[in-house]
Amino acid sequence: MYLDTVFFYIFALITLAGGLLTVTRRNAVHSAMSLILALIGVAGLFLLQKAEFLFAVQIVLYVGGIMVLFLFVIMLVNLDQAARVRQFNRQWWLALACVLAVAAEVIYVLSRGSSAFRYAAPAAPPQAGNVQLVADILFKQYLLPFELASILLLAAIVGSVIMARKRT
Amino acid sequence: MLHPVTTTHYLVLSAALLAIGTIGVLARRNIIIILMAIELILNAVNINLIAFSHHLGQLQGQVFAIFVITVAVAEAAVGLGILIALFRNKETVQADEIDLLKW
Repeated sequence: MYLDTVFFYIFALITLAGGLLTVTRRNAVHSAMSLILALIGVAGLFLLQKAEFLFAVQIVLYVGGIMVLFLFVIMLVNLDQAARVRQFNRQWWLALACVLAVAAEVIYVLSRGSSAFRYAAPAAPPQAGNVQLVADILFKQYLLPFELASILLLAAIVGSVIMARKRT
Repeated sequence: MLHPVTTTHYLVLSAALLAIGTIGVLARRNIIIILMAIELILNAVNINLIAFSHHLGQLQGQVFAIFVITVAVAEAAVGLGILIALFRNKETVQADEIDLLKW
């Protein structure tokens, strides 16, 4: 009996069901709630793969930050009109066919080559906690990208404020 | 009956989530839901990165996932700012009604 397998299928089901509901619901608030479900499923998958720091980041940042931002914007923008009209554009069948073809191809190739993804040898147990190990790599090996990310965030803050403010 | 979970499971799940997100981006008309579908795509990428990080026993993948989340935050903030400016000017959130540059 593999408990990991059971949890994997539970979280995968949560993720895929949340994703499908997100792209099919008519009401944008329902879509946002389903997206929260999908994000929590992804967080569970992170925990299954021993990425505890990213699990916390996923919950706090995505579910607590980005989704609240989305819900605020949904409240700001009047969506009553949008909920009553056609939800999919005219080429939706073409998009569906293309995406399904690509997905079937990728999944077929992945399952054909699955022998390449066997675990070689169990890695040595980590010497420190996940947060400490991630911080070591982030601040030593990837210090420059880390600083560049802060510049990106600054640009995003300034840009979004300028976009959203009233024209004077 | 139950097999242990391999990296392939995670990759197939990630591909499925990517497909769902891509359908959302290509087929929906509501811009807010298109932005949410982009978040789904970025999460599929993160699942991939974490799966390979776990597979190889190295933590670089988790660091890259943090960068991907950073970019996702910036993208969501700017995208929603653009959406508010657009709604103030054109009173619509349907992607195919914004066609000033089309002829």
